[in-house]
Amino acid sequence: MSLLAEMNQKALTLGLPISVHFDITYRCNERCVHCYLDHDDHGEMTTAEIADVLTQLADVGVFFLSLSGGEVLMRRDFFEIVERARQLLFNVKVKTNGVMIHEKEAARLRQLGVEQVQISVYSHRPQVHDVITKLPGSLKRTIRAIRFLKSQGLKVSIANVLMAGNFSDQAGVITLARELGVAYTLDPTITPRMDGDTSILALRIPGSDVKHVFHSQELVGNVEEFCAPPPVPGEDIMEGFPCSAGHTACYISPYGDVFPCVQFPLPSGNVRRQKFLEIWRHSPQLQEVRSIRARDLPTCSTCAHVGTCTRCPGLAYVEGNMRGPSTADCEKSFQRTGIPSANMLAGAHGSTMGQLIQIQAAG
Amino acid sequence: MAEKYVARSSAIAARLLGGEMMVMSTADSTFFTLDEVASAIWQAADGRTPLSEIVAGKICQEFDVDREQAQRDAARFVDELSQHGILLVSDQPLMESSPSPESR
Repeated sequence: MSLLAEMNQKALTLGLPISVHFDITYRCNERCVHCYLDHDDHGEMTTAEIADVLTQLADVGVFFLSLSGGEVLMRRDFFEIVERARQLLFNVKVKTNGVMIHEKEAARLRQLGVEQVQISVYSHRPQVHDVITKLPGSLKRTIRAIRFLKSQGLKVSIANVLMAGNFSDQAGVITLARELGVAYTLDPTITPRMDGDTSILALRIPGSDVKHVFHSQELVGNVEEFCAPPPVPGEDIMEGFPCSAGHTACYISPYGDVFPCVQFPLPSGNVRRQKFLEIWRHSPQLQEVRSIRARDLPTCSTCAHVGTCTRCPGLAYVEGNMRGPSTADCEKSFQRTGIPSANMLAGAHGSTMGQLIQIQAAG
Repeated sequence: MAEKYVARSSAIAARLLGGEMMVMSTADSTFFTLDEVASAIWQAADGRTPLSEIVAGKICQEFDVDREQAQRDAARFVDELSQHGILLVSDQPLMESSPSPESR
């Protein structure tokens, strides 16, 4: 077990959060076709409110802090927030589109000791990337930002959301990442909009393309191992929990709402009304999330993939039941191994997508 | 032997978790966990107190350790962390040291 995994296990045992994803704004200078956010400002936390939340997070033991949005640099106080976070000795990762990062901003991020910057790139071609972001010239500006950040010695990674419209450019983005000397990650997950609109799900890549991704040695390493049939689950699997959401990690919105994860829109409290620790320890919603074990999942506990599936409880929740299957992950497990999930065999595949739940302020 | 002064670098992330200090270099992402003794040295590394004094005045007082062995272990620990930029070492007092999670 790596040192980091050991510390995660320790945090889990102690019941403490070790990672927080903090969206400091939903405002953005891009209008990505697949984005699930409402970009209007409905009353973001002030600089002082955010500083107070950061202090609370440091006090309870949070180590990894991802600052994201929206576009983080849309906040005029962005560097003030990063400076405060670094004074509190967080390991800070910044997620950005890079459009507003020039030499000066890159140097400031380096000076403040940001550990990593993740930048969204959807294609190596402007005619594809800029159409997705709806911001002409954005790819050029984003690539320029990556060069500025690299020249400062910062660790940079490119995040590529795979959609039907950019799938064929994936190899080009990998080549671009290599040329720039940065890491590359991809994500084939498209989630419904916060207002419940599911139309963007049509942007998802078809199953055959998911299969192509999972069988690419370049992307997954050892294909035989990655795509191997799932082993028979043991008792430890059935007693396990789905992911870190609500266990050692959580998400905070620009309005102070706390959720188990950025992909799990279950309102669990608001740091404008309660102390973070009170929410973390006593929120009925987080307690419910924590109580769920694999054996409690009515369909998934009977599934061959139960021990290896990437089942996202947040996506399952969005589909109507946090204990139910996440059909996107059923599809992934199927495309990876060729073995249908219990949910697919039951004929329920895709049937629950109409019962979507919207993000709402915590009561 | 010349005195060594040690200070915590500002290019780190750190947090106490269940008595252990997690420290990561933001320069090369090297991750360390420090046990109680190492945490005590790290927290006392204010740039002004000589390492020998930290060992004699803090480590030997708080922990049941042999002074000479503790000096050797502390020197090795400081060397390793300084190689990753987590501790700054000088034969002169250092002006600045980043805050430690406990001293906030």
